[in-house]
Order: sequence, then C-alpha cells, then structure tokens
Amino acid sequence: MNPLVLWFHRLGSPPYFYRFAGRLLPWMYVLALTSGVIGLYGGLAVAPPDYQQGESFRIIYVHVPSAWMGLFGYMFMAVNGFIALVWRIKLSETLAMAAAPVGAAFTFITLVTGSLWGKPMWGTWWTWDARLTSELVLLFLYVGVIGLYHAIEDARQAARAAAFLALIGIVNLPIVHYSVTWWNTLHQAQTVNLLGKSKISADMLWPLLTLAFATHVYFFASVLARSRAALLTLESGKEWVRALAAPQPSGVETAHV
Amino acid sequence: MSEFLAMGGYGAYVWTSYALFFIVLAADAIAPLRERRRALRDLQGRMKRQAMRKPA
Repeated sequence: MNPLVLWFHRLGSPPYFYRFAGRLLPWMYVLALTSGVIGLYGGLAVAPPDYQQGESFRIIYVHVPSAWMGLFGYMFMAVNGFIALVWRIKLSETLAMAAAPVGAAFTFITLVTGSLWGKPMWGTWWTWDARLTSELVLLFLYVGVIGLYHAIEDARQAARAAAFLALIGIVNLPIVHYSVTWWNTLHQAQTVNLLGKSKISADMLWPLLTLAFATHVYFFASVLARSRAALLTLESGKEWVRALAAPQPSGVETAHV
Repeated sequence: MSEFLAMGGYGAYVWTSYALFFIVLAADAIAPLRERRRALRDLQGRMKRQAMRKPA
C-alpha cells in the first residue's frame, strides 16, 4: 500500500493518534502564540487608523478571524460527523465532538466583539440583521450539538446523534456567508477576498491574515488536545490507556504521558 | 502611551474585545488539560480498587 495511505490508517488508531498528537501539540501552541502576537501587534500598533472608523476598526483583528473560525470549525465538525456516520470511524466521532466547543468559543467571540464594535459605529449593541441573526443561529447549533452529545449516556451513540444534528445544521453555513449579499441590511459586505482583489490596504491586511493563520493553528491544537482527553475516557478499558494510568516504574518521568 | 491606550476614544470597546478574545481562548486551552488529568485520575482510582478486590 502507498505509505501515505498506510500512515493515514495508522493515524486512525487511538493509541497512535494519542502519541502523535501529543508530540505535535507543543509546537502548534508555540506557532499559534508567536504568529498571534505578531498579528495582534500589527493590528494594534502598525496598521493605520481607518479613515472613517478611526481606531475602533481594530476590533476586526479579533472579530473577523474568529468569525472565519466559527464557520471553519462547523465545516470541520460536519465533515468528521459525516465520516463518522458513513464509515463508523471512531476517531472521526471524537474529532467532530472535540471541534464543537472550540467552534462555539470562536462564534461567541465573534458575536460579542461584533456587538462591541456595533455600539460606537452603528449606535446599537444588537439588531436583527441577516448576518447577525444567522451567526446567532450558528452559536445555537453548536450549543445544540454539545448538549445532545452530553444528554445521551452511551458516548458512541451520542456522538452519532450529535453528528447527525451537525449535518442538518450545515444549511446555515451558506446563509451566514452570503447573508451580506442576499439581504441588504446593516452588516457590511466582505472586504477580504481570497480569490480576487481585496478591498483593504496591504498594511491593514497582513495582520489580519497573520491572525487568521494563528487562529487556524490554534483551532487544530485545541481539537487535538480535546480529542486526546476524550480518548482516555472512551478507551479507558483498553490496555494502552491502563498502561498510561499505571504508576510509572521509579526513575521514569511521567511527563510524556 | 496613554494616547495608544485611549484608541481615539474607543479604548473601552477595543480593549474589551481583545481581553474577551484572550480570556475565552485561554479558558478553551485550559479545559482539555484539566479533562485529561481528571480522566487519568479516575482511571487510576478504578484500577486501585480493582487491584484491592483481587487477592494478589
């Protein structure tokens, strides 16, 4: 078999995944933190103030990357949920359920920072604009998935039920994304365009893209860390987990656990 | 410096947004650490009880 395919199969085995993710995690946290600090410095100190919004526009540097991660996290959760439902891969169930709280956290940040920007700029904390409403629905979908997962006793059945809910909720993603074009309400249309030309000056754009990179790395780090913790509970009857929990022979460090 | 902190009069909104970003993500980063420690402790307790039940 192709070595890459072989490696992918091995990654699906919980003990291998646990060790692999454990080795990767410190580097991911370091990468996310350094790029995050560079991006925040750029956004707060280097980028010039907006000619209309003044300094308040700097809120976009936490608002927009979080909004992207809210959508990306949902997509990641739904794709893994789909794999879990169709091919019954245990690790996909775990990854899907690990993504839900992270995506929910980013969506929550999006809503609150948007509100903090809306008060001085629009003159209101909240309005039932299409983008705002669909983003709130996104948060409710995340909360629904998390709630359903915790409401069912059997963890594997719970993950499949929650994955099914996540798949239904996917109809909300295009609504969030296109709401600013479909309905002409308050929220501004997108200015950053991955394929075409962005309508934002370069010294304002690079901190935003750096932070988008940082939040992506952070998202995956958090999903891996949550999956590792979840696997310990899900596989607590298995030999590899019992070996991790067993008291270490003297002289052996427990740091690698 | 104080000019930087004032953010052209929008200081309260800007800094609250950044603080929230940090606090929520820090809480999110700590949660799996605590969860993993709890899972290992639970299992250690269970293994100890099983070992006591079985005569050595």
